[in-house]
Amino acid sequence: MRSFWSIALATLAKDIRLEWRSKDALNAMLFFSLLVVVIFVFSFDPLAEESRHIVGGLVWVAFLFAAVVALNQTWARELRNQVLDAYRVSPAAANALFLAKALGNFILVGLLEGLMAPLFVIFYNLRALGPAWQLIPVALLGTWALVVNGTFFAAMSIRTRSRELMLPLLLFPVSIPAVLGMVAGTTSILTGENPAHFWIVLLLTYDVVFTTACIGLFETVLQAE
Amino acid sequence: MKRAFPILAVLTALLLAYAFYQALWVAPTDALQGDVYRIIYYHVPSAWTAFLLFFINFIASVEYLASAKPSTKRAAKWIVIAIGIAGCVAAYVVPLPAGIRPSAIAMTVLAIPAFYFLIGKYFPEQNLDLLAVTAAEVGVVFCTIVLVTGPIWARPVWGIWWAPGDIRLTSTLVLWLIYVSYLVLRRFSDSAQTQKLAAVLAVFGALDVPLVYFSIWFFRTQHPQPVIGGGGSMDPRMLHVLLISWMAFLCFAFLVCWLRYGLEKLRREVEEAEALESLLEPSGPAAQTSKARVPLSRGIL
Repeated sequence: MRSFWSIALATLAKDIRLEWRSKDALNAMLFFSLLVVVIFVFSFDPLAEESRHIVGGLVWVAFLFAAVVALNQTWARELRNQVLDAYRVSPAAANALFLAKALGNFILVGLLEGLMAPLFVIFYNLRALGPAWQLIPVALLGTWALVVNGTFFAAMSIRTRSRELMLPLLLFPVSIPAVLGMVAGTTSILTGENPAHFWIVLLLTYDVVFTTACIGLFETVLQAE
Repeated sequence: MKRAFPILAVLTALLLAYAFYQALWVAPTDALQGDVYRIIYYHVPSAWTAFLLFFINFIASVEYLASAKPSTKRAAKWIVIAIGIAGCVAAYVVPLPAGIRPSAIAMTVLAIPAFYFLIGKYFPEQNLDLLAVTAAEVGVVFCTIVLVTGPIWARPVWGIWWAPGDIRLTSTLVLWLIYVSYLVLRRFSDSAQTQKLAAVLAVFGALDVPLVYFSIWFFRTQHPQPVIGGGGSMDPRMLHVLLISWMAFLCFAFLVCWLRYGLEKLRREVEEAEALESLLEPSGPAAQTSKARVPLSRGIL
């Protein structure tokens, strides 16, 4: 078991170091979501009251599209020099690689959300009427829901032609309940009209179900030939 | 078997014509909606057929994934039996919301082992993927019929084309999206890996369905919803016509699946023969002609 986590941590550390030195994915995501925010500000010019109702959707749409940028990078890096093939023939556990990649994406997308959330607050004059601390579980569970399936489907889409195009096509339909949970949860916290508990439970269920499914099926996808 | 096909085709055509006659002339006119309600004789049977086909796709995909190793095959068999037993027990033990009978739940759950063993008995391992792709393609066609006929009916009855908060509408749309992405994946992946990747995606899609249903079910309670016509009770004559119509649609779906299955099987045989041919004569003229034929076989999909 120790070797499982040491492999996972080594892969995670390698990915973070690579990202830290190049900052490819992070810069692209940050600039992309900044553009989305600015375009939304021009498209909708709402009052503070209205913005509470729509900003949950805007925030998560921006993060969803930005996350796809990072997720597409996840495995493309391993294709160079046949790293993925080397991993496939090595005796290391496939799930260690998967968990490391998913955690790496989680950290990356979480960092993006932490940096971009203040911008949304500034542009839309937001102030939560409900319990604001509940935004943290919604954000954490929602981000994990996006990246766990995103990492998995990215591993599937690198096997296809036009791989960058395939990821959103596979990821978005399956992510609909999670996106609904994030958006509706955020909206009910911001407006304070409804309790967000159901959405947190839904996101938690989604995370448990799909993390289990990803871990159970990742080896099949990695070895699919 | 080959001779049975034209007989079944004629019977299906007759049954479809009979169902059409029943739906338009024999079934009584709805007291509230008038003649517009008659579209349900196409809408509802298509929906049932589509769900059945998606269910078959899911079972065939699980069976395909389980057939990779003898150990997983054995494990999957016992898991399926356990699901059947647990579902039946749970249906009678767990308190259900009013209006849902425990026997209905038990029957639905029992369909999982029933289909699993039926498909396992009649389809050899190498044909499970053929069954999955056939069921998904035909299912998407029927699901499209559902999504087109639904708004046509909703416009005069509800006054709106589409109700975003309605649970059945939205979950059917999401189901359709998932299976379209399944077909897109099949189209865009290389033939060596398509089967496994598609089976994995089918499992993900099936896991998603209950979550979609519950999320929209809760979402609906916060949104205005239209009045859903034709509550729980239905004229027995209407139900009779509906069941005839469903029989006709099932026969039609079976016929189309049969054709598609045969076509896909033939396509794979041709592909295998070509691969073998080019292996045997790597530099001969046969290799060149077989290369030229590859786009043709892609064109069938």
